[in-house]
Amino acid sequence: MTTTLNLGKAINAGLRRSMDDDPKVLLMGEDVGKLGGVFRVTDGLYKDFGPDRVIDTPLAESGIIGTAIGLALRGYRPVCEIQFDGFFFPSANQTFTQLAKMRMRSNGALKLPVVIRIPFGGGIGAVEHHSESPETYFAHTAGLRVVSCSTPEDAYWMIQQAVASDDPVAFFEPKQQYWDKADVDTEAALSSAAPMGSARVVREGTDATVVAYGAMVKTCLRAAAADDERSLEVVDLRSLAPIDYETVYASVRRTGRLIVVHEAPMSHGLGAEIAARVTEQCFYHLESPVIRVTGFDTPYPPNRLEDHYRPDLDRVLDGVDRAFAF
Amino acid sequence: MSTNTSSGAGVEPRSADSGDNLVQILTPDGEFREHPHYPFAITAEEARGLYRDMALVRRFDTEAVALQRHGELGLWASLLGQEAAQVGSARAARPNDMIFPSYREHGVAWCRDVPTAELLAMFRGVTNGGWDPRDYGFHLYTVVIGTQCLHATGYAMGIQRDGAVGEDGSAVIAYFGDGASSQGDTNEAFVYAAVNNAPVVFFCQNNQWAISEPFERQSRVPLYQRASGFGFPGVRIDGNDVFASLAVTRQTLNDVRVGQGPALIEAFTYRMGAHTTTDDPTRYRVAEELEEWKGRDPISRLRKYLTRTGGADESFFDAVETEAEALGERVRTECRTLPDPQPSDMFRDVYAEPHPVLERQRDEFVEYLASFDGEEASHS
Ligand SMILES: Cc1ncc(C[n+]2csc(CCOP(=O)(O)OP(=O)(O)O)c2C)c(N)n1
Repeated sequence: MTTTLNLGKAINAGLRRSMDDDPKVLLMGEDVGKLGGVFRVTDGLYKDFGPDRVIDTPLAESGIIGTAIGLALRGYRPVCEIQFDGFFFPSANQTFTQLAKMRMRSNGALKLPVVIRIPFGGGIGAVEHHSESPETYFAHTAGLRVVSCSTPEDAYWMIQQAVASDDPVAFFEPKQQYWDKADVDTEAALSSAAPMGSARVVREGTDATVVAYGAMVKTCLRAAAADDERSLEVVDLRSLAPIDYETVYASVRRTGRLIVVHEAPMSHGLGAEIAARVTEQCFYHLESPVIRVTGFDTPYPPNRLEDHYRPDLDRVLDGVDRAFAF
Repeated sequence: MSTNTSSGAGVEPRSADSGDNLVQILTPDGEFREHPHYPFAITAEEARGLYRDMALVRRFDTEAVALQRHGELGLWASLLGQEAAQVGSARAARPNDMIFPSYREHGVAWCRDVPTAELLAMFRGVTNGGWDPRDYGFHLYTVVIGTQCLHATGYAMGIQRDGAVGEDGSAVIAYFGDGASSQGDTNEAFVYAAVNNAPVVFFCQNNQWAISEPFERQSRVPLYQRASGFGFPGVRIDGNDVFASLAVTRQTLNDVRVGQGPALIEAFTYRMGAHTTTDDPTRYRVAEELEEWKGRDPISRLRKYLTRTGGADESFFDAVETEAEALGERVRTECRTLPDPQPSDMFRDVYAEPHPVLERQRDEFVEYLASFDGEEASHS
């Protein structure tokens, strides 16, 4: 059955289905219960599953991830909500030094099926610490999987795949898109959905490849539609760790040019990582250097400036121009 | 299994009665009660000053909520109901004391003479901070919950190293909420302050709610009792009583100042409005609760006291009202005329020393923006 859902409601529906299917799935976080989370992503689940499965935690992020680890060791599958990107950091120690490493430390005996849901990115006019893109820290930590959805359809399936994964998954939700609507076939089988780790060509083109994820996919699609001189192919990365390089390489080999777009700061970021790999693997196919269009190497600015900080249609097109200037 | 974990899920209103050991000097009916441990005397003029502070701060706050509703501010965290906790404690501080606030301390900021425009600018998204904390003895607002408690403790350790402890010395106040008491940073601050005997007062405004989570989701014991486990005194005050707030904070600051080590004050109060302008409290709390707390309103009880004792007459209250109106108007204009920052401002002050990569990035961006000169920029 196909239903029109916004991205937030699609995650809600995905969580509900996971919770229905597996009594070990728990939700935990600040305000996830009665309030339904500050973005209402968990709306209604407390009412239907009760306070033992939808846990309003104390206001302590290290506690959320630390106890989720314990619950996972006991056989549960906790899905943790971090209220906003900038508030993840108190739990960084638990995530990076404990969650990510335990499986390997036990020679594979332990599994840590913990999902960390993080609304990320800007574009909603918020105050400090409510608009950051910390995904690179996660992607740089071995032992974690990192994914980001960009459509209600992906959101619905990927959250279920993340819950089903026996590895810890950081699930980045583009908060600026929570209210974007699209059709989702909510009754198909989970196995029929695109794998969580795969990238997707969301628009075919012949002249240059634009790689993005999260809310930037939408921006890049608009840029591609606005460019009537060049045919741009847009790839939604979907998985940030591991990256589905084969899809990226195949596209670059077809088009000969690559522009990587993200909101996170440029230096040492995902764009740098992708540029290095593509240069290594597609050197003879490249007509120009890989171009990055990103946030700046500054703290996320006050919101009156965020439209300058976040790559927009013009900056993406400017990046494309630069790729063609060689 | 579900009994304990589901506590806090009920819809019982949170009582305004905080139980035993609550320091109260001014009753909800405006009566003055001597307290055996906190001797306190106040002149009519001083009491009028506190009234004026609270009334003006409330007006400022109401205006800011209205400005947010009109799209002039991105967000506002209202202090409605917490005026006594904030004004009383802030007026107890001396100019050479240092204050580390959270993000709702507009009343404290007011007492430290932080310009209202600076507070608005942050919530308007013009800046992420704005003022120089050294000018006011009032640090920048802190959004990440609990972090400022460690900063306050470190600052207090600096005071010790400077030899600035003593009668004329400095002390520190850290403001935080009941929710913040759960954070690791807050608990680590307690430990550091205790073992270092640091001159810091931890001032918790227990307004009963951390967004939708009631106090029971944070603690099984009243917060002031936690202090003893860390090895310092804790006291609970009626947070809607400006006299208790002033008297207890003044005495505690004095103890702390002369080297007796840290202390915790739990101001038992109530957040009368929404958590912030984006919150909807009807989803998690019952209306009767607010009604009960309205009976303990910090401003009306001081008004009753002033009227009863002849400390002020109608003309005084009218004058404050007029002043509040003028303040509201000034704040409105001030907010609407705050200039937006320049795009290149975001590259400013990121580093103290030159940073060639960032400078290059800035120059390229400025050049890119200039390429639109003369044409209609199509920012999306
Ligand atoms: C580390 C961190 N986690 C989550 C948040 C989101 N958040 C903002 S305010 C708040 C509740 C704070 O409650 P409390 O400490 O009681 O202070 P109050 O707002 O009631 O004054 C939460 C969860 C945050 N700002 N920082």
